Amino acid sequence: MIFSFDLLINALVSGILIGAFYAAVTAGVSLSFGILDIVNIAHPAFIILGSYIAYIVSVSLGLDPIVTSILVAPAFYALGAGIYQVYYVSFEKRGQESLRGLAFFFGLLFITEVTLVLYFGVDYRYVEAPYIGPTWHIGDVDIPMRLFVPCLVSLALIATLQLVLTRTFVGRAIMAVAQDQFALRLMAVDPIRIKRIAFGISIATASLAGAFLIIIQPVEPSVGRQYIGRVFAICVLGGMGSLPGTLLAALLVGVFESLTSTFYGPSWAPAVSFGFLLLALAVRPAGLLGR
Amino acid sequence: MRSPLFFLICLIVGGAVFAAAVALGNDYYFFAGYVVLQYVVLSTAWNILGGYCGYVNFGSAAFFALGAYSTVALHRLYPLPIPAMLIAGGVVSGVVGFGMGYLTLRLRGAFFAIATLALAVVLETLIVNWEYVGGSRGAYIVRPETIAPFGDYIKYLFLIMMLLAVAAITAARVIERSRLGYGFATIRDDELAAEASGVPTLRLKLIATTMSGALMGMAGAPFPYYIGYLQPSSAFGLDYAVNSIAMPLIGGTTSWVGPLIGAILLGSLQQLATVTISSAVNLLIVGLLLVGFVIVAPNGIIGLVHKYLQRKPDDFVGRRHVDAEAPDRVPGPAP
Repeated sequence: MIFSFDLLINALVSGILIGAFYAAVTAGVSLSFGILDIVNIAHPAFIILGSYIAYIVSVSLGLDPIVTSILVAPAFYALGAGIYQVYYVSFEKRGQESLRGLAFFFGLLFITEVTLVLYFGVDYRYVEAPYIGPTWHIGDVDIPMRLFVPCLVSLALIATLQLVLTRTFVGRAIMAVAQDQFALRLMAVDPIRIKRIAFGISIATASLAGAFLIIIQPVEPSVGRQYIGRVFAICVLGGMGSLPGTLLAALLVGVFESLTSTFYGPSWAPAVSFGFLLLALAVRPAGLLGR
Repeated sequence: MRSPLFFLICLIVGGAVFAAAVALGNDYYFFAGYVVLQYVVLSTAWNILGGYCGYVNFGSAAFFALGAYSTVALHRLYPLPIPAMLIAGGVVSGVVGFGMGYLTLRLRGAFFAIATLALAVVLETLIVNWEYVGGSRGAYIVRPETIAPFGDYIKYLFLIMMLLAVAAITAARVIERSRLGYGFATIRDDELAAEASGVPTLRLKLIATTMSGALMGMAGAPFPYYIGYLQPSSAFGLDYAVNSIAMPLIGGTTSWVGPLIGAILLGSLQQLATVTISSAVNLLIVGLLLVGFVIVAPNGIIGLVHKYLQRKPDDFVGRRHVDAEAPDRVPGPAP
C-alpha cells in the first residue's frame, strides 16, 4: 500500500465524522450502563428499530429521517420507561439484575432482531434524503454530506444531553442516582422515577441514532450486533457515564477504525474497537475521563 | 449416588437412546438428535460458568466456532480421527477462555459479559480474514460415507456427541458436589464476602472459564463433519449464543439437571418448529421463552418443581406461605 497524504487526511476526516455518529450511538449506553448500571445490551437492537421506523416513515410519507426520528423519540421514551419498569419489578427489586437481567436484555435483543427479520427479511434497506448523495470537496478533502449531517446532529444531541444532565434538576438527580440512591430519597426524590426517566431518555436517543445509521449505511436487522462491542468499548473507554469522555472515545475509535480500514482493509475494522476495549479494561478501567 | 455409578447410569441411558434411534431406522433421528445433544453439551458448559459462578457468557458461539474451526484447520493439515479433533478443539477454546477470563474477570461481572460479546465479533473477523480455513467463503469438509463398526457416519457422530454429553453432565455433577462447586457458589452469591473469607475467587473463576470454554470447543469440534460446509456466519450464529443461555435459564441454573431439561425440551421444540414452521419463528420462540422465564420463573423449571413440592406440605400444615424470593424479608418478632 502506497502511503499518501490525501488518503490519510481523508481517513482522518471521515473517522471524525463517523466518530461523532458513534458518540450518538453510545450516548444511550453511557446513560443506562454508565450512570444507571443497567447493562442494556439490547441498545443496538433499539437503534436498528429506530432505523426501520425512519425507513418506513420516509418511504411511505416522504418525511426526512432525522425529523422522523425526533418525532418518534417520545414513543421510544415511553418504550424505555416501560422496559425499565419491567426490569425494576422483575430484577432490580429482587436483586437478580446481574445474571437474569442480562439474559432479559439479551432476549429483548434477540426478539427485536428476529421480529424485524420476520417483517422485513434480511434485505438491506436504505432511505432517500437530499443530503445523502452530494459530497463537499475542500481541496483534496472530501466531506460526504451523508456523514456530515448526522455528525452535526449528533454533536447537538450530545451537547443537549450534557446540558440537561448538568443544568436541570432532573439531570442532576440522574447523576445523583448513580452515586447514592438513599441520599436522593432523603431529598424527597423517588430514585425509581428518576431512573425510569433516565432509561427512557437513553432509549429515546436510540431513535435518533437509528436514523443516523440508516442515513450513513444501508441497514439490515443483524447490523446492530456489530455495534454491541463498539458501543460498550466506547462507553468503557470514555469513562462510564461521562458524556464528554464518550465523545472523545468515540472520535478516537472512529479515527482508528477509519485508518485501519483505509490502510489494512475494511474487514479488519471491527477488531479495532475490541482492541480498545481490552486495552481500556487492562490498563485503565476507569476510562479516559472517568472519575 | 456415587459419581462412577452416575456415569454408568448416564451411559446406559445414552446407549438406550442410541439403540432406540437405531431401532426406529430413520436417519433423521440421528441428525436431529445430534443437534439436541450438542445443545446439551453447550448449555451444560455455559452453566458451569453462568449458573454456578453467575458470570454470563454471551460468546458461546465464539467458543463453539473456535472448536469447529480448529477441526477445519487440522483437517486440512491431516485428517485425524474425530476424538483427537475433539481434544484439539477443547484445548484451543479452553486457552481462549482462560485468556478472556484473565483479562476481564478482575472487573465487575458485566464487563465479562460485554467482553465475551465483543470477543465473538473479533474472532469472527479473524476467521473471515483467515484464508487457510476458507475465509468468508467457508470451507468444505467431505465426510466419509461410512465408518467401520457403526455403518453410517452420522451414527458415529451421534455416538460421539452422546458420549460427550454424558461426560459433560457427569463433570457438571461432580463439580457441583465438590469443593470447587461450593467455591463457585460463593462467587455467585457474594463475591466480595467470598474473597474476604479466603476463597481464591480469581483462580476459581479462571478454572470455570477454562472448563466452560473447553467444553464448548469440544461441542463444536465434530460440527464441520456434521454440516459438511462450514461458514463463519453459521458457526458464529447468534442462535448458539442465545440457546446456550436460554436452555439453562429455562431449565434452572443451580444444578446439572436444569441445562439437561432445558436443552432437551427447547432443542426438540426447535427441531419440531424448524420442520413444521420456519427457522426464524423457532428462534423467536426461544427469545420469548427466555424473556418470559427470567421474568416469571427466575429459577426455571427446576425452581417451579421445587416450589410445587415445597408448597404441598405447607398447605396441609396450615397455610404458612413464606415467599422465599422476597429480598427484604426482615425477621420479625417471634409469634
